[in-house]
Amino acid sequence: MKRRFHPSVVTANDLFEGHPVWRTADGRWSATIREAEVLRDPETAEARLAAAASDAARVVGPYLAEVATAPEGPAPLHFREVFRVRGPAHASDRLDHLPGE
Amino acid sequence: MYAYSDFDESFVRNRVRQFRDQVERRIDGRLSEDEFKPLRLMNGLYLQLHAYMLRVAIPYGTLDARQMRQLATISERWDRGYGHFTTRQNIQFNWPKLRDVPDMLDALADVGMHAIQTSGNCVRNVTSDHFAGAAADEIADPRPYAELLRQWSSDHPEFQYLPRKFKIAITGATADRAVTRAHDIGLRVVARDGAVGFEVSVGGGLGRTPMIGRVIRDFLPEADLVPYVEAVLGVYNQLGRRDNKYKARIKIAVHEMGLDTIRDLVEARFAETRSEFPGAEAALAEIRAAFRAPDFRAGGTAIPSGSPAFRAWTDTNLAPHRREDHAIVTVSLKTPGQQPGDASADQMRAIADLAETYGYDEIRISHRQNVILPHVRKDDLPAVFEALAAAGLAAANAGLISDIIACPGMDYCALATARSIPVAQEIAVLFETLDLAHEVGPLRLNVSGCINACGHHHVADIGILGLERAGVETYQITLGGDPTERIAIGERTGPGFAADEIVGAVERIVTAYLELRDSADETFAEAYRRLGLAPFQKALYSEESRENAA
Repeated sequence: MKRRFHPSVVTANDLFEGHPVWRTADGRWSATIREAEVLRDPETAEARLAAAASDAARVVGPYLAEVATAPEGPAPLHFREVFRVRGPAHASDRLDHLPGE
Repeated sequence: MYAYSDFDESFVRNRVRQFRDQVERRIDGRLSEDEFKPLRLMNGLYLQLHAYMLRVAIPYGTLDARQMRQLATISERWDRGYGHFTTRQNIQFNWPKLRDVPDMLDALADVGMHAIQTSGNCVRNVTSDHFAGAAADEIADPRPYAELLRQWSSDHPEFQYLPRKFKIAITGATADRAVTRAHDIGLRVVARDGAVGFEVSVGGGLGRTPMIGRVIRDFLPEADLVPYVEAVLGVYNQLGRRDNKYKARIKIAVHEMGLDTIRDLVEARFAETRSEFPGAEAALAEIRAAFRAPDFRAGGTAIPSGSPAFRAWTDTNLAPHRREDHAIVTVSLKTPGQQPGDASADQMRAIADLAETYGYDEIRISHRQNVILPHVRKDDLPAVFEALAAAGLAAANAGLISDIIACPGMDYCALATARSIPVAQEIAVLFETLDLAHEVGPLRLNVSGCINACGHHHVADIGILGLERAGVETYQITLGGDPTERIAIGERTGPGFAADEIVGAVERIVTAYLELRDSADETFAEAYRRLGLAPFQKALYSEESRENAA
């Protein structure tokens, strides 16, 4: 049975820094998931993912990640994605590469 | 220790130049990511959850002070001021930027180091006993053999694209501190009729299908080491499955085809190719000259008296040296609450200073993610302890429950299915708070954040495996694993525990052990062998146990 589509964002890792980035509605890559474009149907999601895949000069390994939506912007659902947003537990590593979070 | 020859230097510098060019071509678009990925992996550069990660080889865990200082410098200049020592005796930097990596590799080459073959389907860093060259129970120093294998396997044209990665471990002592039987090839130095040779095991490994290596040759003469290992690799290269990466390790070939078949094939290939190899005597003699024992300074044979903190540290963090006036010091990178295996740049420099001042310029990295000063005069122990304490490195817990192996887990690793580090930190802090670690005594607790088992959970007294179940982190427990010459794979206790339950579960196991042991001298491992799984299962899962712990 085909899985029901869930609102998603396109995410990847920045080519130069390796940091997680999220694709915005105007095709930029943001270090903040809150700025990501929320994709609400599978056709749009596939189109945006294809566009992201052609952006190999900026990012590595784009994929779709499911999100919860809220007025302040999307938030990750799966705990792996939560950790990508939050950063590692190590005190000196936490968040400082994620301005705005 | 082994020093790079001009050939080694030229080879490594050339690889750095090639990689610098590859990075530039990736950035300007001449290389796609699909083309670039295998190239970066061949140079130890991974892309993890939050950043790139550079894995640097520390051959058989041996470093000198100059190299340790350079690792500190690299961590400060191009990373975040710390490094993570791994269960394969390597070091990982968690935050390099792509453009900086060629400079990092050049800085490594300045001190005879590199990141080649720390990834990919090739022969990885040959690991060894971290007490090598110092242990009281050593038959022969295994490092010259490990170095011989390193030279043989580096850039070996036939073995760069094996079916899967290939790990070799070697010990020269009666006690197996290198977990040799959990490696694709395990080598144990043995003496027979006055001659030194090896007991060779194949097909060991942890991961999703843990298997204990099986003895394929009970005595391999020293001179035949390279041709025999090459014969094993040659057979594996032909037979290993390439259609399914989960069934591609040599352990699966041994399991599916049977040890006798593999042995016959290896022996046939060995007989065919042996004459092509020159004897190992000349090469080993040259290598051994680089591993001469230091000119030991004589001293007292008793451990000096000191403060209670010093005595607690000497109780746990020293091991017998082959000289009575020296000791082997384990520098714990497991201060409760810290990330297991991490050392700051300042700490790396403090260790380098101690190695130079008191340790004949020798440092080892253990697979338990600690640092070893293999040769310290007993008279110098108080000064070493004082300096370690000043650097935050004097935790008196080597071999205790807070000396936890933990892989990076989902805090860093792209393959992880759950976090390891916070679990290890919470357990270590709990037993520190309860002041119970010394009361519990020797106990190996290892945590892996996925089925790949980098945290060696299968061979721990208490093993913890983090998995995802229905979208949440779940932790399975195994008990009774053993990494030593008595090697055993731990038994799974039953259903897993949620992230907020796992620390309590470990506490119930340890409480049960304290109640069940027949004396304070019976270790957890001994009690488990006597009692089996059942009483610990009862402590873990019965309603009464849970309520008592709540």
